[in-house]
Amino acid sequence: MDTIIKKSATPDALSTSKLPVFFRWESLLILIIVLVCVMNSYLSPYFLDPWNLSDATFNFTEKALIALPMAMLIIAKEIDISVAAIISLSSTLMGLVAQMGAPVYMVACVGVLVGAGCGLFNGALVTGFKIPSIVVTIGTMSLFRGISYVLLGDQVVRDYPAGFEFFGQGYVYWVFSFELVLFVFFALVFYWLLHRTKFGRYTYAIGNNPTASYYSGIKVNKHRLILFTLVGVMSGIASVLLTSRLGSTRPSIATGWELSIITMVVLGGVSILGGSGTIGGVVLAVILMGLVTFGMGLLNIPGIVMTIIVGVMLITVVSVPVLITFYKNKSNKAKAL
Amino acid sequence: MLRRFIYSREGILSMIVLAMFLAVGTISPDFISVSNSISIFNDTSILIMLALGQMLVILTRCIDLSVAANVAFTGMVVAMVNQYFPTLNMFVLMLLALGIGAFLGAINGLFVWLLKVPSIVITLGTMSIYRGATFLLSDGAWVNSHQMSEAFIGLPRYEILSIPVLAWMAIITILLAFWTMKFSVWGRNFYSAGGNPMAAFYSGVNVGKVQFYAFLVSGTLAGLCGYLWVSRFAVAYVDVANGFELQVIAACVIGGVSIVGGLGTVVGCVIGALFIGVVNNALPIIGVSPFWQMAISGLVIIIAVVANASSDKDKARIILRKPEASVGSAPSQSH
Repeated sequence: MDTIIKKSATPDALSTSKLPVFFRWESLLILIIVLVCVMNSYLSPYFLDPWNLSDATFNFTEKALIALPMAMLIIAKEIDISVAAIISLSSTLMGLVAQMGAPVYMVACVGVLVGAGCGLFNGALVTGFKIPSIVVTIGTMSLFRGISYVLLGDQVVRDYPAGFEFFGQGYVYWVFSFELVLFVFFALVFYWLLHRTKFGRYTYAIGNNPTASYYSGIKVNKHRLILFTLVGVMSGIASVLLTSRLGSTRPSIATGWELSIITMVVLGGVSILGGSGTIGGVVLAVILMGLVTFGMGLLNIPGIVMTIIVGVMLITVVSVPVLITFYKNKSNKAKAL
Repeated sequence: MLRRFIYSREGILSMIVLAMFLAVGTISPDFISVSNSISIFNDTSILIMLALGQMLVILTRCIDLSVAANVAFTGMVVAMVNQYFPTLNMFVLMLLALGIGAFLGAINGLFVWLLKVPSIVITLGTMSIYRGATFLLSDGAWVNSHQMSEAFIGLPRYEILSIPVLAWMAIITILLAFWTMKFSVWGRNFYSAGGNPMAAFYSGVNVGKVQFYAFLVSGTLAGLCGYLWVSRFAVAYVDVANGFELQVIAACVIGGVSIVGGLGTVVGCVIGALFIGVVNNALPIIGVSPFWQMAISGLVIIIAVVANASSDKDKARIILRKPEASVGSAPSQSH
């Protein structure tokens, strides 16, 4: 108990780590990425082929698009585990609109708008009734996916208008797919939003101390509402991409994605307790997870084994810093004696 | 006493469940027959047991997302042991299930207790690890009913006083949980550790250890349910109980267990689980497609939490925050 009291004697403070640059989380991630690249290209001759690498990006760009606003949401001490259900609902409604013969742009708009609506709904429940976001989104997770099941049942929608497949399958230039370009674009947007604007600073402030933020004049609830809506919008966009890539919609689309998205965010060094984390870290974590999955795919390792590795990565990533501080405190105490 | 119960959250909830039950009965009288009631309870038994375990975890301000994966893993181990050693005594097999479940739960608990890592992260990780381990163990193969021994499949179905053993196990678990959470110091500690960790710490309750016990119990019950699930459905495969953890949490939330910790009763939790059980069983009877099931339970969770939120508005929102943080900050406030 002693160490805990000492550690949190200044509660809600940003960790003022004096560690040199190469001990930072992001640097560590880069190192691992390089290691994985070297190992993969050593193990499989197909790894460094540009088209192969380009194919690999399809595995994670949609999830990564959601991981960006999710990082901001978790930094603000909230969480949204209904994102995969939002994908499902928005994909379902896109499918129904497409069946009625809507043009491509309208189908895509419906997808994004449904996402935004779902996000707004989550945000309104969290801020309006002061319910913990985890409970709200557990509920809406069943609700959104449940509505998809009600609307579609065991049906599959396949009749999307011609041209819709561009979002998920098209290439902008050479090996750079539309999905990848979109991800890079949004990564830059969210980097700017979190690290270069007042909105971003407020996000950190709220995550570190919501009460103090409130008394400093930050509109905490409005801020949370915007963040939830952002997550919804990005889920809607991801849903457009995924639906377009698969060319079909089932209610069970994107099952379990919320977990890999949260894993990406935590792996990227965002504290699940809120208040710290960077977009750069999340982007690196996304790349790392993409490369690991891709490399293991080349080695014919089944997907479920990959989930073990992702799980181990997640736990290691959150435990190691705790262990390090634990031993540091111990040795400091020994020195003091 | 009765009056107090009627106006309590559990009372209102149980009346809603009862009303639903009777309403379906007016459409199809068979629904409210004794044998069908037993069968509904039997269907819900596993959910009840898991929800009681989950309740302990949520009471201490944690969450256990790995229960369903634990069910799948333990179920697979037990089924495979039975497949290769069909003569092994059922008692030994059951102990094995409890032991494996407890072990998996203890892993979660140790991380939360000793490393103070947020439970949501740990159980998110162990959830995929346990599920993946099930695949590694079975190599993706199924254990089918003809590979299981008769005793293995028959035990939960064996009827005592025309109530199956599966339901008896749920009843015993409920009674034990009720007594523990009401009358034993060990049980009350879950409430104090979650209700006000700082006060609990100063009253000599080791909050981390209590959280460990919560995960241990949740894991042990999940282990038992692993055997029960596999034997009840007479098949073991990797995706057993996939996504069931959310139904378990839903049962708790509907039953009035507060996700911010320290609030919730055994009775409420059981009724919450029965609510889901009655809805699931009633839908096909009133001619609603089972595809509605998920949307309804989602809606019910939201309504339940909104109702709960208006009754305890001033509770802090701290699910993702470690209680130790507030324990630790106490000394800094005093000087």
